[in-house]
Amino acid sequence: MASTTAAEAGTADVPARAGSSRSGGTLYRGDLGMWSWVAHRVTGVLTFFFLFVHVLDTALVRVSPNAYDETIALYKNPLVNLMEVGLVGAVLYHALNGVRVILVDFWSKGPKVQRAMFWVIAVIWLLVMIPGAYFMLERTVTEMIGGH
Amino acid sequence: MTATVDSAPELAAPRSPRRRPARRNNVELYAWLFMRLSGLALLVLVLGHLFIMNILDGGVHRINFAFVAGRWSSPFWQFWDLAMLWLAQLHGANGLRTVINDYARKDATRFWLKMLLYTATVLIVALGSFVIFTFSPDVGS
Repeated sequence: MASTTAAEAGTADVPARAGSSRSGGTLYRGDLGMWSWVAHRVTGVLTFFFLFVHVLDTALVRVSPNAYDETIALYKNPLVNLMEVGLVGAVLYHALNGVRVILVDFWSKGPKVQRAMFWVIAVIWLLVMIPGAYFMLERTVTEMIGGH
Repeated sequence: MTATVDSAPELAAPRSPRRRPARRNNVELYAWLFMRLSGLALLVLVLGHLFIMNILDGGVHRINFAFVAGRWSSPFWQFWDLAMLWLAQLHGANGLRTVINDYARKDATRFWLKMLLYTATVLIVALGSFVIFTFSPDVGS
């Protein structure tokens, strides 16, 4: 499954690194393919737990408008707002890297260019997250420094 | 995944029928395929949802009961949210199943973690579907 993909992606161009441990130690510090897979897992698990909470809070619309509005006010709190940027960043990484995994699996050249594809998704992530974070935090920041 | 160490010293006769595979069904293949297909659908559903709810037009600050009531008056967004709920929860459940299989060391731990996962999955899918299907803008008034 996902683990198989990461192993294949990781070994696709690994020979160049074999035995080139900079510190001379024996600790395996992984390769880009491994770390992209670790990040995929971590962001996926985080999103799973958020989804659990999010379905419960949305279910409050079935209780009363007040119950829902009071709970949703938490999402507008500055600290939680910042965590939402983190959530969007995590989901966006998971989505982009998921496309990369699909291309590694199904595109004949995928495994060969997996490293380049990682840098492509990293650039797309930044291009989306910079304006995205701006719009998500704009109101919170202006309210914090006193403007309206 | 299916590889088992074949340490039996005796060799089967050449061209004899293959040894019965350890895996008797294709569940893992379908689970693997489901992750890719649901992932592609979620790419549109979830990123669209995050864009509308968090970034567009004031983002999270404009969300309240009236906003939800307005959206769910449209069958399009009801279907969007229902599809997203089912696909995301099943995609996430299968992902966590893989994580549990990878890291749980004892059979009992693995079993109970998966029972907890499946219970949570049924609860979330059922509760979420119930809310979407029975939502009424007049609740509590």
